[in-house]
Amino acid sequence: MTLVWLVLIPLLGGCLAWLAARRSPAWARWISLVALFAELALLLVPVTGGHGRWLAEVDLPWAPPLGIRFHLAMDGLSFALILLTAVLGILSVLASWTEITEKVGFFHFNLLLTLTGVVGVFLALDLLLFFFFWELMLIPMYFLIVVWGHERRVYAAIKFFLFTQGGGLLLLIAILTLSFLYFRQSHVVTFDYLTLLKIHLSPGTDTLLMLGFFIAFAVKLPAVPFHTWLPDAHTEAPTAGSVVLAGLLLKTGAYGLLRFVIPLFPDASVHFAPFAMGMGVAGIIYGATLAFAQTDLKRLVAYSSVSHLGFVLLGIYAWNGLALQGVVMQMLAHGLSTGALFILVGALQERLKTRDMGKMGGLWTSMPRLAAIAMFFAVASLGLPGLGDFVGEFLVLLGTYRIAPAFAAAAAAGLVASALYALLLIQRVFHGPPSGTGGAPPDLAPRHLFVMGIMMAGLVWFGMAPQPVFDAVAPGLDNITAFARIP
Amino acid sequence: MSGDDILAILPLVVLGAALSIVVLGIALRRDHRQAAILAAVGLVLTFASLWPAALAAPRQVTPLFAIDGYALLLMGLIIAESFAVLLLAHGYLQHLGSSADEFYALLLLTTLGGLALIAGSHFVSFFLGLETLTIPLLGLIAYPSDPPLPLEAAIKYLILAAMSSALLLFGMALVYSRLGTMEFARMAVAQAGEGQGRDLLWISGVALIFSGVAFKLSLAPFHLWVADVYEGAPAPVTGFVAVVSKSAVFALLLRYFLAAGVFRDPTVDLMVGVFAIASMLAGNLLALLQNNVKRLLAYSSVAHLGYLLVAFLATGAAAVEAVLYYLTAYGVTTLAAFGVVTVLSTGNGSTEIVALEDYRGLAWRRPWLAGAFILSLLSLAGLPLTMGFFAKIYAAAAGIHQGAWPLVGALVVGSVIGLFYYLRVIVVICMPGTAEIPQRAEAGTGSVLGLATLAGLTGVLVWLGVYPAPAVGLIRGAARVIGLP
Repeated sequence: MTLVWLVLIPLLGGCLAWLAARRSPAWARWISLVALFAELALLLVPVTGGHGRWLAEVDLPWAPPLGIRFHLAMDGLSFALILLTAVLGILSVLASWTEITEKVGFFHFNLLLTLTGVVGVFLALDLLLFFFFWELMLIPMYFLIVVWGHERRVYAAIKFFLFTQGGGLLLLIAILTLSFLYFRQSHVVTFDYLTLLKIHLSPGTDTLLMLGFFIAFAVKLPAVPFHTWLPDAHTEAPTAGSVVLAGLLLKTGAYGLLRFVIPLFPDASVHFAPFAMGMGVAGIIYGATLAFAQTDLKRLVAYSSVSHLGFVLLGIYAWNGLALQGVVMQMLAHGLSTGALFILVGALQERLKTRDMGKMGGLWTSMPRLAAIAMFFAVASLGLPGLGDFVGEFLVLLGTYRIAPAFAAAAAAGLVASALYALLLIQRVFHGPPSGTGGAPPDLAPRHLFVMGIMMAGLVWFGMAPQPVFDAVAPGLDNITAFARIP
Repeated sequence: MSGDDILAILPLVVLGAALSIVVLGIALRRDHRQAAILAAVGLVLTFASLWPAALAAPRQVTPLFAIDGYALLLMGLIIAESFAVLLLAHGYLQHLGSSADEFYALLLLTTLGGLALIAGSHFVSFFLGLETLTIPLLGLIAYPSDPPLPLEAAIKYLILAAMSSALLLFGMALVYSRLGTMEFARMAVAQAGEGQGRDLLWISGVALIFSGVAFKLSLAPFHLWVADVYEGAPAPVTGFVAVVSKSAVFALLLRYFLAAGVFRDPTVDLMVGVFAIASMLAGNLLALLQNNVKRLLAYSSVAHLGYLLVAFLATGAAAVEAVLYYLTAYGVTTLAAFGVVTVLSTGNGSTEIVALEDYRGLAWRRPWLAGAFILSLLSLAGLPLTMGFFAKIYAAAAGIHQGAWPLVGALVVGSVIGLFYYLRVIVVICMPGTAEIPQRAEAGTGSVLGLATLAGLTGVLVWLGVYPAPAVGLIRGAARVIGLP
C-alpha cells in the first residue's frame, strides 16, 4: 500500500493546499512542503516486504471489464527517480516561495498534481494506467505555464501541449494495438506490462508499434527533431515549472524508453539503435550549439537540456551495463544541475526583471554568492570531473565507445561545445563591466542558499562517491535488461 | 397484449400518462412551478418503472418495440439526461419572464419520442419515434419567442428535419420494396444468404436512411444546420438537442444496423467510414474558427459523432459496449458544458453569455463554475480524470479491433486539432479578466437547482473518469442482452 500512498500524498496535498489557500497563501506553501516531505519520508522508510524483483508492488483491479489494473511496482530505478521527484518538488516549492504571489493555492495544486502524475508514471506497470498518469501530468503543467508564465506563455503552453499530446495519442494507439494483438494470441484482455512482455510480434508490426512508443517518449525526452516545444515551454514557464519540466518531465521520456520501448520490442530496438543513437548525438551537438547562440538566459539553459538528454538517448540505445548506469546518473545529475540553474535564472529574473544576457554583466560584485553558486552549477553542467554530470556523461561515452566508437567520438565533441556555452554564460552575466541598472540587487536569501546547498551536496556526492547510487539502481537495471532479452 | 407486454413497455406508458397529467395540469392552472414539479415527478416515476420493465425483459412487444437490456439502459440514460435538462431549464425559464409551463409538456413529449426510438425494432416505430422526438423539439428551440435567433433556429431545424424525414421515408420505401418487410429481425432473415437481397436498390435505401439519420446526428456533410441551431436555441434546449435527441437516434441506428444485418456489407461499411472521417475532420477544423462557445461546442459535437461512428463500426457486442459508454460520457460531458452556459445565462434577460470574450477570467471570478467548464472541456478532449478519457480509449480500441487504420488516423489527427480549440477556451478562462466584461457575465447567478445539477454532472464526470468500473459493468451487462436475432 506504500505505493498507493506515494501517489495519493501529492494529490491530497495539492487539494488541501488549494483549499487552505483561501485562508492564507502561506498555508498552501507549508502544506505542499509538508506533503512532499511526507512523500520523501515514506520513500526513505526502508521498503521492506519486497518479494522477488520488486521493492514493493501493489496490484488492484481498476476497470476489470476492460482489463485495466491498478498495478504499481517499484524497483531501484523507479526508487531513484521518485526520490529525485520528491527532492525537486521540495526545491520547487521553496524556489517559488516569493516568486509566486497570485493564485498561490491553485499554483501549488497544479505543481503537486504534476508530481502525482510523474510519480505514477515511474510506478505504473499497467500500460493504460501508465498512459493515464502520462496524460495526467500534462494538464497541470499546462496550467502552470499558461497562468504563471512569462510573456509568450500562451503560445508556449499550447505548443507544449499539442506536441506531447500528439505523441501521447500515438502511444495510446500503440498500447491498444499491442493489447489487441496479445488478445488475438491468447484471448486475454490485458494491459499488464509483465504479461505483454511475452507477446510474439512479427518484425514489421514490431517496428511500427515500437515507433509509436518511441515517438511519444522522444517528444518528451526530447530527441532532436521533436524538441522544438522545449525551449519555448522552459523559457515561458515559471521557475518551478521549468525545474519540474527539465528535472522530471523529461526524465519520464527516458524512463519510458528504458522501461517500455526496449523490453517490449527488443528486436526492433536493436535494428533501430543506430538511428536512435544518431538522434542522440545530433541532440548533443545541436543543443550545445544552439545554447551557445542564445541571448536569453533561460533559453540557453533549455537548449543545454536538449544536449544533456542527448547523452541519455545515446546511452539507452548503447544498451550495456556501463552506459545504462551512466544514463541513470546523467538523469539524476541533470535533474539537480539544470534544476539549480533554472532556480538561479529565476532568482536573477526576479531581481533584474530581465533574462537578456545583453542587459546583464558584472554581477559578481553585487551578488557574489549567487555568482559563485552559478559558477558551480555551470561547471557541473559542462561536466567537470568530481561532479555528478561528469560521471554520467563519462559512463555513457565509455559504454557507447564499446559499441559504436564513431558515435562516442562525435558525442565527445559536444562536451567541448558545452564548455563553451557554460563559460560564456558566466562571463556574460557575472564578469565584465557592470550594467548600470541602478541600485545593487540583493544577493541570495538564506532560503535559496539552503536549496542550493542541498543541490550542490547532491552533485558532489554523485561525483565523488557514485557507488551507492549504482548499487541501489543495479537490481532495477538488471530487471530491465532481463526483460529485454537482448544478448 | 399480455400483462408481461404491458410490464415491458411500462416506461412508455408511465411517461405517456405523466405527459397527459402535465397537460391537464396546465389546462387547469397555469403555473410554472406546478408544471415543473409534475414533469419532474413524471420523469422520476418513468425512471423507476425501468425496474419492473427489466423483470419482463428481454421481450418483443408487438412487432414495434424490443425491450431488452440495451433499450432499458439507454432509456435510463436519456430519462436522466432529460431530468438534468429540466432542472437546468427551470431556473433559466423562471428568469425569462413569459409563461413557461408548456415547455415541460414539450420536454416530456420529445423524451417519449426518444424512448420509442430506443426501443423501436420496426420502420414504423423508427419513423413515429423520430417525428415524436423532432416536432416538440421545434417548440422547445423557439420557446423564448422575443429574440429572433431562436425562431430562426427553429425554422432552420424544421426545414432540415422535414427534408431528412423525406429522405428517410424514401429510403425505407426502397428497402421495403426490396425485402418486403419493415421488421428489423425479418430483414435479417430475408438477407440470410450470402449476398442475398443486397442489390443496388437495397444499398440506395440504406444510404438514404443513413443520410436522413445523419442529418439528425449532424454528421458531416449534413452538419450545416448544427451551429445555427445550437446558437439560436436556449442553452438548456441546446443541451437536449446535443445529447438526448442524438443519443436516441444513434441508439436506433445501431439497433437497425445490428438487428437487420446491415453490417457485414462492405459498401455500407465504407459509407459509414467516410461519414466518420469527414465528421472528425470537418467538425474539428470548423470548431477552430469559432468565437462563440455554443458554435464551438456545436462543431465539436460533429467531431464527437464522428468518433462515435468509429465505435459504431466495431461490429457486435463490442460496438454496443463502446457506443453505450461513449454516449454516456458524451452526454454527461456535453450537458455539463451547456449547464455552465445555462447557469451563466440564467437571469441575464434574453441574451445568453456565449461570446468567448465573456469567459475571460472566469476562473478567477467564478472558480467553481470555471472548474466545471474546464473539466467538461478536458473530458471532450479525452484527458484523464474525466469520462472522456475512457470514451476516447473505447473509440480508439474499436477502430483498432477492426483494423480500420484510416479511421484511427483521422481520430488521432482530429483529437490533436480538437485539443487546440479546447485549450483556447481554457486559456481564455484562465486569463485575467478585463474591467467591463465581468459585469455582464456576473449577472448570471444561476438557480440553486441549476447549480446543483451542474455539480452532480461534474461529480459523475470525475467519478466515472477515475473509477469507471461500475459504468462499464452495467454497460457490459446491457450489451449482452440486446435482443439480437
